[in-house]
Amino acid sequence: MGFWEVTLSLLEGLEYTCLIFALTLVLALPLGLVISFGSMSKFKPLAYVVKTFVWIIRGVPLMLQVIIFFYVPGFLFGTPVLSRFASVVAAFVINYACYFSEIYRGGIESIPRGQYEAGQVLGMTKKQVFFKIILMQVVKRILAPMSNEVITLVKDTALARVIMIVEVIQAAQNFAGYGLMWPLFYTAVFYLAFVGILTLLFGFFEKKLDYYKG
Amino acid sequence: MPILEVKNINKNFGELEVLKGIDFSLNQGEVLAIIGSSGSGKTTLLRCLNFLETPEKGSITVNGKTIFSDEHKEYTDEEKRLNRLHFGLVFQQFNLFPQYNVLENVTLAPKLLKKGTDEEINQNALDILKHVGLSDRVDYYPCQLSGGQQQRVAIARALALSPDILCFDEPTSALDPELTGEVLKVIKELKNKDTTMIVVTHEIEFAKEVADKVIFMADGVIVEEGTPEEVLLNSKNERTRTFLSGFGNI
Ligand SMILES: Nc1ncnc2c1ncn2[C@@H]1O[C@H](COP(=O)(O)OP(=O)(O)OP(=O)(O)O)[C@@H](O)[C@H]1O
Ligand SMILES: [Mg+2]
Repeated sequence: MGFWEVTLSLLEGLEYTCLIFALTLVLALPLGLVISFGSMSKFKPLAYVVKTFVWIIRGVPLMLQVIIFFYVPGFLFGTPVLSRFASVVAAFVINYACYFSEIYRGGIESIPRGQYEAGQVLGMTKKQVFFKIILMQVVKRILAPMSNEVITLVKDTALARVIMIVEVIQAAQNFAGYGLMWPLFYTAVFYLAFVGILTLLFGFFEKKLDYYKG
Repeated sequence: MPILEVKNINKNFGELEVLKGIDFSLNQGEVLAIIGSSGSGKTTLLRCLNFLETPEKGSITVNGKTIFSDEHKEYTDEEKRLNRLHFGLVFQQFNLFPQYNVLENVTLAPKLLKKGTDEEINQNALDILKHVGLSDRVDYYPCQLSGGQQQRVAIARALALSPDILCFDEPTSALDPELTGEVLKVIKELKNKDTTMIVVTHEIEFAKEVADKVIFMADGVIVEEGTPEEVLLNSKNERTRTFLSGFGNI
């Protein structure tokens, strides 16, 4: 089993890693915003329901949530409802949306009331105030905690193997069955490269928003 | 017909009665100065006029049109938004939008409200910025400006929507003393252009100079109302005199 053969096999696993990562990000970023609005709702019952939901999702290990999404619908309906891959993505999206929602909430609540009022007094609608004034300031403020969360997501993708999805780690583990251990350590290179690119990207965004203070 | 008629405005925060029946009226082009000690309800009054707070009682009439009345059912967000357009408000803390440069701060709302073509709006904004003396700062960001410059941008931003009545809440009290002059000068120039204004201020000298009418407020009521001479120079009212003596006047 040569180096190239292992690399190719790990790259195949990386495809799943990347897919889970990208789908989670694309879906959880907007969903998190919706959840954060729910938890900040002036309609108290809704806020309590959403906060309880966030508590449960953040309180249960993600690995367990992946298992639940895959197996529980099967128990309930007698037949699996979601494919392995869809179960992973669903669990990841909901889990990360909850974490994102808390970051958004912190960011939104840190914007001074005067910014909303200045927009309102100028005759803007609530929607315009949020999207034209508040959102960009929130983005700047939450960039650092978001980069943490996104980097954690890269490594969390390895949890997908709990329901037999062959992502990078599982791909390497398959070689361990033949007595080959080094592919497992080799996977670190892939993660480091992935996270390295993200770090550069977030640095770039931070620079882009550096032009103003506040 | 007065441009603004305020009748019997009452505002409570829970148990606390902050405004207890405020009445006054203002004619086109007049400047009203509101003075009074801390907590007397001056900011709350301006916030009621700008629909940032909803009074429990009273009515507000602009140009003969009643835009607030306690007899009306609850106002929708959209009604409040449209009513607000009669007023402009310049905040004590400026509240400029930090991510936009000076020109964008001034043009943002007119563009969103489709007050004209982008070119017209930009040109109008540049004209206003020229009047407030900021032609050379149009592409600066708020964080790159002094407090006095920021407040002049805030004034330009409010003017860009040509409100009927422009309100100022202590426009100079967040500024270093040497910067107050440039802001007060802009307000004086606006008076010369017939802008109707309500200015909450602790600058008694400025009020004397610029106001047509002065209101002294205490504990949520108007204690005294009159010309600057009557209220600021020759007040017969004990409370007004006590307040003014704190500024070394009288
Ligand atoms: N949102 C609020 N909730 C509760 N009480 C409030 C609120 N806003 C103002 N108050 C109270 O209303 C009273 C009047 O406040 P206001 O800000 O109108 O006074 P002011 O005359 O502007 O004072 P200053 O000269 O210090 O600015 C104060 O006692 C204040 O504590
Ligand atoms: Mg005040």
